[in-house]
Amino acid sequence: MGAFEAILLTVITAATPLLLAAIGELVVERSGVLNLGVEGMMILGAVMGFAAAQATGSPYVGVLCAMLAGMVLALLFGFLTIHLVANQVATGLALTLLGLGLAGMIGEAFVGRPGVKLQAIEIPVLSDLPVVGRALFGQDLVVYVSLALVAAVSYVLFRTRAGLIIRAVGDNHGSAHALGVSVRKVRYLAVLFGGACAGLAGGYLSLAYTPQWVEGMTAGRGWIALALVVFATWRPLRVLAGAYLFGAVGILQFHAQAHGVGVPSQLLAALPYAATIAVLVIISRNRILTRINTPACLGKPFVPDR
Amino acid sequence: MRLELEKRAEHSTAMALLSPVIALALTLVSGAILFAALGENPAEALYVFFIEPLTASWSLQELVVKATPLILIGVGLAVCYLSNTWNIGGEGQFTAGALAGSVLPILFPDFQTPFTLPLMLLMGIAGGMAWAAIPAFLKVRFGTNEILTSLMLVYIALLLLDWLVRGPWRDPDGYNFPESRIFSDAASLPALADGRMHVGAIFALIAVAALAVVLMKSLKGFEIRVLGQAPRAGRFAGFSQNKMVWFAFLLSGGLAGLAGISEVSGSINQLTPVISPGYGFTAIIVAFLGRLNPIGILFSGLLLALSYLGGEAAQVALGISDKTTRVFQGMLLFYVLACDTLILYRIRLGGPAATGKGA
Repeated sequence: MGAFEAILLTVITAATPLLLAAIGELVVERSGVLNLGVEGMMILGAVMGFAAAQATGSPYVGVLCAMLAGMVLALLFGFLTIHLVANQVATGLALTLLGLGLAGMIGEAFVGRPGVKLQAIEIPVLSDLPVVGRALFGQDLVVYVSLALVAAVSYVLFRTRAGLIIRAVGDNHGSAHALGVSVRKVRYLAVLFGGACAGLAGGYLSLAYTPQWVEGMTAGRGWIALALVVFATWRPLRVLAGAYLFGAVGILQFHAQAHGVGVPSQLLAALPYAATIAVLVIISRNRILTRINTPACLGKPFVPDR
Repeated sequence: MRLELEKRAEHSTAMALLSPVIALALTLVSGAILFAALGENPAEALYVFFIEPLTASWSLQELVVKATPLILIGVGLAVCYLSNTWNIGGEGQFTAGALAGSVLPILFPDFQTPFTLPLMLLMGIAGGMAWAAIPAFLKVRFGTNEILTSLMLVYIALLLLDWLVRGPWRDPDGYNFPESRIFSDAASLPALADGRMHVGAIFALIAVAALAVVLMKSLKGFEIRVLGQAPRAGRFAGFSQNKMVWFAFLLSGGLAGLAGISEVSGSINQLTPVISPGYGFTAIIVAFLGRLNPIGILFSGLLLALSYLGGEAAQVALGISDKTTRVFQGMLLFYVLACDTLILYRIRLGGPAATGKGA
């Protein structure tokens, strides 16, 4: 395997959790809900996925449990923000703190244990292509799922009636309600979808990226995913581009260290966070682009009147 | 069963006072269930967690030591959240304050005068302010989301601390441990009594009193509230939203920086790779549990300090992971936010018949 091939492979692996979490949050925000609890759902997914894979020996059961864990937290968030109209920003923060706490507690028993790794599924013929074959067609199931999700979300949001309803609820919940759309139901479904995606993203970290449990292993990736949604101005294909860009920034440190670049490791570790701030500034400088794409009801509470 | 909200004609004052109490009660019940699930006697575990730390004088002092940063950061965050400015980077501003304040005792250890400590405190405040100024500037100048930028700066500050104590600021006589040199007496905050409690607690009390007056009695307090609740009305009144973003960030950053340098010079007495068990994040819970009211924050700060001590005590006495502390803290914030709904709404459970077509 050539150096370029190896780098491409690791970029995809590093980008996949970001992509999954961001595409889920994109749907949530398109429906008008801001869930800042991505980091919490992600890390609970990571620990539950690891635990389930350990117990059953099957990484696929792990993946399912990771999604379920994310959905349970998402349901909690949905109940508070959709039913009890609690402040979405504060509730999202609470979700992150709770998820980090729960994951730390549950994960204590798993520290230092070897994990179960998701196996790569090589697609015949295509995976033998030179240079890109291994990286694009010799990945594990979750990578393929993440790419399929981008296509599906992009299609559903902009080409189907369901997508129109989701966007209508996010842009004007009052009108959607008046037209007989159940705003709450749509938002619950979107939030649950976001939870499943974030959980899956976490599960991918502990089952494929680094198949083990490390306390705090999400390391801010949930927050970077949130930033990616803003960076992508709520467009699925731009999320894809952003996630791969950040995957590349994230693995830069490993390749730089391997080649003995004389820079403190902490400086390299800080790069993804600094890059996040940089892209947020770049995108927010273009206020028009942000304004026409931001769901108009993002973060606003909705109480049906009658 | 269907759950519907009915808007109250006005704020329920009774609920405003009751909601944190209900939230606390729900947290304790959930905690008892959690302990039972872990195979502990719930009553005994809750006693160890929440009562025992209050029975010894050393642990009461420790309570104050832990509450000090929580209250200092929490009152600053309250001003942010009241004005609808979302600073969640208290942890980073705390760290930046600790670093800036430690420049004198680490790089100039022989500078030991009566001015050393006040200078350190001022530098700590300035450090926290500088760190908070970044998201404030980006928000005002470019409209960049301050939630994400302030949080990203937390990770960067923690990595900066890690690099300094492992690299340039490592104690030359420290056998290669990742620690800075120990601060001289002239650079240490004096103790309040015979023990761990230090002058930082007085700073926290002053901050609470000052902000209570500002928020309740001054025009500035009115401006903070108006811009938070009705930004359009605030603009018509001639209040500037941009100036408020600067004010809220600089104030909360300065207080977090003061908390950072107080913790380092009053409690730890050197820099280590980890100087905070997440005070900056827990302070968010403190602010909300205290109903964004400085006096309330005084009490909620003490309560959350107790949860840290309880976690340590439960680990020693029962062998329960001290991570339960963070589960408790997370649950508490969840319940607080859920109960706050009761202030504005009446909750009605029942069939759809009474409400017509449902959601």
